[in-house]
Amino acid sequence: MSMREMTYGEAVKEAMAEEMRRDPTVFLMGEDVGKAGTVFKVLLGLHDEFGDDRVIDTPIAEAGLVGLGVGAALTGSRPIVDIMFGDFIALAMDQIVNQAAKLRYMSGGQAIVPITIRSTMGAGRSSAAQHSQSLHAWLAHIPGLKVAIPSTPADAKGLFKTAVRDDNPVVIYEDKMMYALKGMVPTEEDYTIPFGQAHIKREGDDVTLIATSSMVHVALDAADALAEQGISAEVLDPRTLVPLDRETLIESVVKTTRAVIIDEGYKSFGITGEIASTVYNGAFDYIDAPIVRLGAMDVPVPFSKPLEDATIPTPEDVIKAVQDMKIIHR
Amino acid sequence: MSLPSEILIKMYRAMLRIRRFEEQIWEVYTGGLMHGLAHLYIGEEAVAVGVCAALRDDDFITSTHRGHGHCVAKGGNLEAMMAEVMGRVTGHCRGKGGSMHIADMSVGILGANGIVGGGFGIATGAALSAQKRGTDQVAVCFFGDGASNQGIFFEVMNFAAIWKLPVIYVCENNHYGEYTPTENVTAGKSIADRSLPFGIPSTTVDGSDAIAVYEATAAAVERARKGDGATLIECDTYRYRGHHVGDPGEGYRSKEEIESWMAKDPIQLLRTKIMDDNIASGAELDAEEREVEKEMENALEAAKAAPYPDVEEVNQHVYA
Ligand SMILES: Cc1ncc(C[n+]2csc(CCOP(=O)(O)OP(=O)(O)O)c2C)c(N)n1
Ligand SMILES: [Mg+2]
Repeated sequence: MSMREMTYGEAVKEAMAEEMRRDPTVFLMGEDVGKAGTVFKVLLGLHDEFGDDRVIDTPIAEAGLVGLGVGAALTGSRPIVDIMFGDFIALAMDQIVNQAAKLRYMSGGQAIVPITIRSTMGAGRSSAAQHSQSLHAWLAHIPGLKVAIPSTPADAKGLFKTAVRDDNPVVIYEDKMMYALKGMVPTEEDYTIPFGQAHIKREGDDVTLIATSSMVHVALDAADALAEQGISAEVLDPRTLVPLDRETLIESVVKTTRAVIIDEGYKSFGITGEIASTVYNGAFDYIDAPIVRLGAMDVPVPFSKPLEDATIPTPEDVIKAVQDMKIIHR
Repeated sequence: MSLPSEILIKMYRAMLRIRRFEEQIWEVYTGGLMHGLAHLYIGEEAVAVGVCAALRDDDFITSTHRGHGHCVAKGGNLEAMMAEVMGRVTGHCRGKGGSMHIADMSVGILGANGIVGGGFGIATGAALSAQKRGTDQVAVCFFGDGASNQGIFFEVMNFAAIWKLPVIYVCENNHYGEYTPTENVTAGKSIADRSLPFGIPSTTVDGSDAIAVYEATAAAVERARKGDGATLIECDTYRYRGHHVGDPGEGYRSKEEIESWMAKDPIQLLRTKIMDDNIASGAELDAEEREVEKEMENALEAAKAAPYPDVEEVNQHVYA
């Protein structure tokens, strides 16, 4: 496989450009996605290649923007709709939850709604309560939607291309703290990553760290530190929440007998609960320690740096959770 | 109509305080003394000041992501504002809100807002509450040209019209929403026209002219207090700086355009007017400026000396 090093942001842009070249029905719309290349600047150059017709700046009107995307998807287009901050998805929830997610089912299978909604998540930029949330659990809760949440440049590209080709509404969340993250990325045209395949980011035997998005890197850092203490941690990234690769998660915990689940969504009622129950049910006979869930603190994300930092899981939190399991090697 | 001289002086001083505050934020940002970003109001001072000079302390405003000017003009405290932007516990919101969320309920600042269009419902609801409680308070909703495309703008105008609510919608048309020129994404001749189908009167004013803004607002306030309902005021204005402190503000805007707006600077305009009308001398106005300067220095020093909030505070204030 030919590979090239690129950033997470470049990988997203490359995925989009390739899909737009491949399929003339794909277009992108969103606030400042055109010449500005988004506020995060990750799509710079896309407008130069595809022009106003296919890389479209929109009014600031998230409900309308997503609604138009749904209507376009229903009638032969494959729109990519950009919602700058995941928090702003709140403004478009009716269109996503009551329209996009349900049209196929309500029409008895007549309709397809191949819309890709890309948005961002993640705290850490001192952007305060309305620009920092990780709300992917909201959408994972809704039957009819698929949710992808890539953690590396290669995953970002492969999952994005799959999202565009999928005939269902897909919401894909990019952690805005990861845009500069570098990694090797396959370059061939048809590189895609099937949805519903968890990825083992690091193999291990003593404990499984199930992590999503930027928390994968928190887990990997923790795994490095744990290795020095003689504890072998497996790091597993589900990559898509819907569909969720329950088997791989269960298999890993059957092997390691312990799990820590780390996600940046609010902890209460978040996806860590869903994953924990999946693992409890599937690996019940093998589990040696209570499963630990780590998530964002259940508070609006505070602005002040020391407070904000306190709300996000850290490698130290993961290490402590594992140490508390008092793993004894026999 | 000529305004009482103390109002003119008060507005001049308020504009200077905003300008100095924003320049200071720029230094604080480039000096690495704050986290995150801020959206500067430099160039638009006459809007916040002209509007708020026509309000009482017990009237309400909702503000925007570009909210420092509104907060200064409505009676926010420079020291508490600076501390807030720097994430310190002495800030208006104990460091929890930051630049985009400054609020001071004691003077009717119902909050800046990180959501474009986030103030429409709140301001209109505050007006509903004033009506229900039988006071003659009014609520002002500041919003941008960009926000005028959010659907809720049209919803609240309908509410305000059917219930004759004492609310004033003040559009700050600075001709851009982030990097996108307003005309590319906004239908119609003017934003002011948008209220007309609802039977809400509107007017367009020169947003660099604090007196014009004051007069338009005073008329709207009178209407609202009398129970005659809402007004929309569109202010033609411009931000000198980038969308936020991390944006140089060039590239998508021409040098000539920026310079043409700076040539009709709102502070200079009012200064000239005050001096031409012999209300105060240049020396007296310079003295005002030195006082503002001193106030700003003190505010910065106090904010710098203030601690960050205790980490224990992170769990406080989630619920009442
Ligand atoms: C609901 C929502 N969508 C998008 C944004 C991102 N955003 C922040 S400011 C801004 C432009 C707002 O333009 P305008 O209302 O004209 O205000 P200005 O910045 O020009 O003062 C945008 C799109 C946001 N904060 N909230
Ligand atoms: Mg604007």
